[in-house]
Amino acid sequence: MIKHILKRLALLIPTLFGVITLVFLMIALAPGDPARVMLGERANAEQIAQLRAELGLDKPLIQQYGLYLSRVVRLDLGKSIATGQQIAREIADRFPATIELAWYAMIFATIVGMLLGVTSAIRRNTWVDYTTMGGALVGVSMPVFWLGLVLIMVFSVWLNLLPTGGRMNIRYYFTPITNFYVLDGIILWIKEGTPKYLWSAIQHLLLPTIALGTIPLAIIARTTRSSMLEVLQQDYIKTARSAGIREKRVIYRYALKNALLPVITVIGLQFGLLLSGAILTETVFSWPGIGRWIYISIGARDYPAVQGGIIFISTFFVLINLAVDILYSVVNPKIRLQ
Amino acid sequence: MKSSETMDIPRIKEPTPLQETWYHLKKNKGAMTGLGIITMFVLMAIFAPLVSPRDPLAQQISERLTPMFTNGYIFGTDDLGRDMLSRLIYGARISMTIGVVSVGISLFFGIIIGVTSAYYGGTFDKIVMRLIDIMLAFPYILLTIVIVSLLGPSLTNAMVAIGISQVPRYARVVRASVLAEKESDYVLAEKALGAGNFELMFLTILPNCLSPTIVQATLGVGEAILNSAGLSFLGLGAQPPTPEWGLMIASSKQFITNAWWIVTLPGLAILLAVLGFNLFGDGLRDILDPKMRN
Repeated sequence: MIKHILKRLALLIPTLFGVITLVFLMIALAPGDPARVMLGERANAEQIAQLRAELGLDKPLIQQYGLYLSRVVRLDLGKSIATGQQIAREIADRFPATIELAWYAMIFATIVGMLLGVTSAIRRNTWVDYTTMGGALVGVSMPVFWLGLVLIMVFSVWLNLLPTGGRMNIRYYFTPITNFYVLDGIILWIKEGTPKYLWSAIQHLLLPTIALGTIPLAIIARTTRSSMLEVLQQDYIKTARSAGIREKRVIYRYALKNALLPVITVIGLQFGLLLSGAILTETVFSWPGIGRWIYISIGARDYPAVQGGIIFISTFFVLINLAVDILYSVVNPKIRLQ
Repeated sequence: MKSSETMDIPRIKEPTPLQETWYHLKKNKGAMTGLGIITMFVLMAIFAPLVSPRDPLAQQISERLTPMFTNGYIFGTDDLGRDMLSRLIYGARISMTIGVVSVGISLFFGIIIGVTSAYYGGTFDKIVMRLIDIMLAFPYILLTIVIVSLLGPSLTNAMVAIGISQVPRYARVVRASVLAEKESDYVLAEKALGAGNFELMFLTILPNCLSPTIVQATLGVGEAILNSAGLSFLGLGAQPPTPEWGLMIASSKQFITNAWWIVTLPGLAILLAVLGFNLFGDGLRDILDPKMRN
């Protein structure tokens, strides 16, 4: 197992190196003069020259690459062209919003997905199974941003039940404490005795959670079902049944436990993908996270910001995958005992 | 087995692999539904100029935001008074092209990389596999965004970006099946007959490795359609006034309060098309690879 983990760790460095190189090339090889593109039509020659010097674009490519690498390694992602702020700062401000949304979407997807998967495995080839699996197939075939818009249209515009976007009722004079709004809501409930902040945070979370969670939910349901079906055919399940153990116990204690391995991997992978999928969902729901910020930065041609955002999310994605892989090898006796 | 010629068994013409697949396919309801949907969209794409009632780009400002089934507009009009039905039909043309071209790019490079890497093995294979692991570790949505930013936003570049970002997946699938085949007797026989490396790789081994690749490619077309719609939604794919489904959703955002059809219909078109490829791909997988059933 140790060997397996070390092998995975060794892969981490070239992967991150590859990510940084690709993202560097994004500006270096972009057609036209990136400084001119970023500053727009009205910039004069002096401003352009200044930005070129600032970004190191006047130096040879190799030297630029070396400079860029040494900066990123020191966690210096540069300054945003649009706001002049440190990009690392901008990311730190927005990351809690993204994580909060991804976290609840994942909880939603895991609980509902596993329930549906187990149910359809138990009731294989009944209408319950067909409906669930049909629904799951529709779920993975849907564009997330469209689902988000349809949810807004139905629940916010037509039924007027939920807000169309944002994280908190803008009429509340709300100063975030941890920047995780549900947590802040609970703290304020205790401190000020009013649940209105918590309530508003939950209302704002509902639709984006459903939109972002749908694809992972469908994938988790499908994986759980096929994994359960495989386990339920094993001899030890037959033995447990013939020993007269109650069916519920056979399914939840004996089968599900062993069916969980592939499900854990899928959950981890999907969590990583959620962060990149957040670009679309956050854009639709005006959710002030990293995804929407990258979208805005793309529109503003704020290349350093886009670079920083992509490096950050990719690093996070790579680390989550690594964690899942290690967890998997710890949980799976076949690898652990090697 | 040798004695079968002397025995009095009536000779049955053996079905070709294609006939056999078709035989199983016909019994698979999901796959047939998928095939039906795909056929519908392909026909729509090919005959778009014949079946669409109007010019998808012609604006009729006085008729803007006409609801469905009004004034002869079956699916209504959009914010510039363009006929939604015609735009959806032409959208099929764009989405089918994106799907086929980007999967074509992935297949071309994926097959070359997968076959050579498995066939030659050794250090070459190790390096290639490491590179593929690195590319797979990069979330592909971001990978396509990086590539499009490199090349500049356009529909063609979106196709290239989606195609390139999926190459590692195809290379892996192809490599795995070539590894399983390359020591088979028929390969050794061809080799003994003096076949060269190229012939062995692409004419002898490859045709026997196609089933998993075909499944992957079918599912890949659906995924490519979804991804390109996402890129267009972000402004990185098709540019206005192209009737691309994702772009149609993006530009309908402001009309969510008063014109539900211009938001809903393009999304349903994407959903249906992707569902078709997913149904067909899942069905094919069950038929071509019984091990992966369930």
